[in-house]
Amino acid sequence: MSNMIKTSGHPMVKAEGVHKSFGLVPVLKGIDLEVQPQEVFCLVGPSGSGKSTFLRCINHLEKINAGRLSVDGELVGYRERGDRLYELKDREVAAKRRDIGMVFQRFNLFPHMTALGNVMEAPIQVKGESKSVARERALKLLDRVGLADKAHSYPTQLSGGQQQRVAIARALAMQPKLMLFDEPTSALDPELVGEVLDVMRGLAEDGMTMIVVTHEMGFAREVGDALVFMDDGVVVEAGHPREVLTNPQHERTKAFLSKVL
Amino acid sequence: MPPGGPTVHKSTSAGGLPPQAIKAIPVRHYGRWISAVLVLGVLSLIGVAFANADVNWNVIPDYLFFDTIVRGAANTLLITVLSMTVGVVLGIVLAVMRLSKNPVTSTVAWLYIYLFRGTPVLVQLFLWYNLALIFPVLNLGFYKDEMTDVMTPFLAALLGLGLNEAAYMAEICRAGIQSVDEGQTEASHALGLTGTQTMRRIVLPQAMRVIVPPTGNEFINMLKTSSLAYAIQYQELLKAATDISSRTLAVMEMLFVASIWYLFLTSIFSIGQYYLERRFARGATRNLPPTPLQKIRANLTRLSHRERVA
Ligand SMILES: Nc1ncnc2c1ncn2[C@@H]1O[C@H](COP(=O)(O)OP(=O)(O)O)[C@@H](O)[C@H]1O
Ligand SMILES: [Mg+2]
Repeated sequence: MSNMIKTSGHPMVKAEGVHKSFGLVPVLKGIDLEVQPQEVFCLVGPSGSGKSTFLRCINHLEKINAGRLSVDGELVGYRERGDRLYELKDREVAAKRRDIGMVFQRFNLFPHMTALGNVMEAPIQVKGESKSVARERALKLLDRVGLADKAHSYPTQLSGGQQQRVAIARALAMQPKLMLFDEPTSALDPELVGEVLDVMRGLAEDGMTMIVVTHEMGFAREVGDALVFMDDGVVVEAGHPREVLTNPQHERTKAFLSKVL
Repeated sequence: MPPGGPTVHKSTSAGGLPPQAIKAIPVRHYGRWISAVLVLGVLSLIGVAFANADVNWNVIPDYLFFDTIVRGAANTLLITVLSMTVGVVLGIVLAVMRLSKNPVTSTVAWLYIYLFRGTPVLVQLFLWYNLALIFPVLNLGFYKDEMTDVMTPFLAALLGLGLNEAAYMAEICRAGIQSVDEGQTEASHALGLTGTQTMRRIVLPQAMRVIVPPTGNEFINMLKTSSLAYAIQYQELLKAATDISSRTLAVMEMLFVASIWYLFLTSIFSIGQYYLERRFARGATRNLPPTPLQKIRANLTRLSHRERVA
């Protein structure tokens, strides 16, 4: 399905020579990749290779130092006029983030709000939606992730898998065009991984564009449309998940896969 | 009793043997008895000393609800609440300024805290009260008046106590804000909330759990510190008490009266603090600790339950 759409329009995310360093330490050393609309794009690689940093650059939680990074045809964090770049104001950056959902390894739910409150917060604060509209959609989303009965629970009263599903619902409440997942199942007990992957699989089927950092190779092979192997701040190998996972071309990819598979 | 207790109990009786109550010689706590005797001894010595002391006990109940004393207590309460309000609001602003990325605002906040924490509050009270010595006229453009008319004891007390408190509250709030996990800010930003919205909706409510307990202490401290305002003629509790004693010469008696009021007020605030802390623990623990009332009720039901069993 996604192959058909790939040809139309511009890519959802386009990275050209993206560099990022923390102080003098380079973390991303020239990333080139394209994520097509409605694609499930898997990002794998050893710890410390810069996967999280790259995701955080996409919604401008980090600023890139060189290269070009655009989402849905618009530069991240800058406005281009002529051949000059103008930094966006904090308010403008915030406005752009509303279209990009992010799910974190450690859930990062707001502990002082119920599951329902977590999901309603951004639509009310950011989009100025009325409480009743936000509430209605939040309840629908909680139902979609299978947590209709937990709407009034606080995060501490939920299991890790339930918390992560609330976090997904929270991101979806902003009706994003792109979802970023940063190792969404890495902090979960093994028996809870499935319920989160099921929700993500459902999202993929509904045509959501997703970038997924994961060590779940089964998920990547089954749901993924593209896979990139990153190591030490560069893209080592890219292709269809089944090809890369079953027939890796590079030594570094082989070494990594032999450890995680 | 561990939850497994009764099960073990049952299995032994199922084995045919009736369970036997343990008969052991309990540990004797000699230390407790000795200390109790010592404390009683010291207390009775103090009691005897006070009974023989030259205190006119009868006047204490008479003056406890004396007109000016009650008004003084009300003023103490008023200046405490107002100064703490100034302190908390300004303290939060200073803490946010101190943590901001803008070097100008963070330096201003640092300087404020440095100046107001580094000088005694009594000195600050005198400075405000005597401001007319250096600025005889207050001119705000739209408002102009003699400084001595503007700077009443009340205003000087409010400024002296409130602005000083803000410096302490700023440090308390800063610690609270920094205690909130960075992932919270990140998640909030990722959802599209602005920096201000994130601070107001996400960070501060969570920081409250860390901020509220020391703020309660600050409140109770302020109740007592406000007595310093007596030095700049503010009609608070201590001033009311000493005014009476300078007429009646019942110096110690009036100090006792003031102390009783201070104890009463601090007790009230301690109870309020307990409920406030409970309110902000929401979401931090699975179950909130019971309120004293709930505890009493639970103990009572357990007692009556025990009686029925017996
Ligand atoms: N805020 C930061 N400051 C300094 N170094 C950082 C920061 N964030 C990440 N790094 C460093 O960047 C490198 C890549 O980190 P990360 O993107 O988290 O890798 P991954 O997600 O692939 O494990 C690591 O060496 C990490 O220590
Ligand atoms: Mg990571």
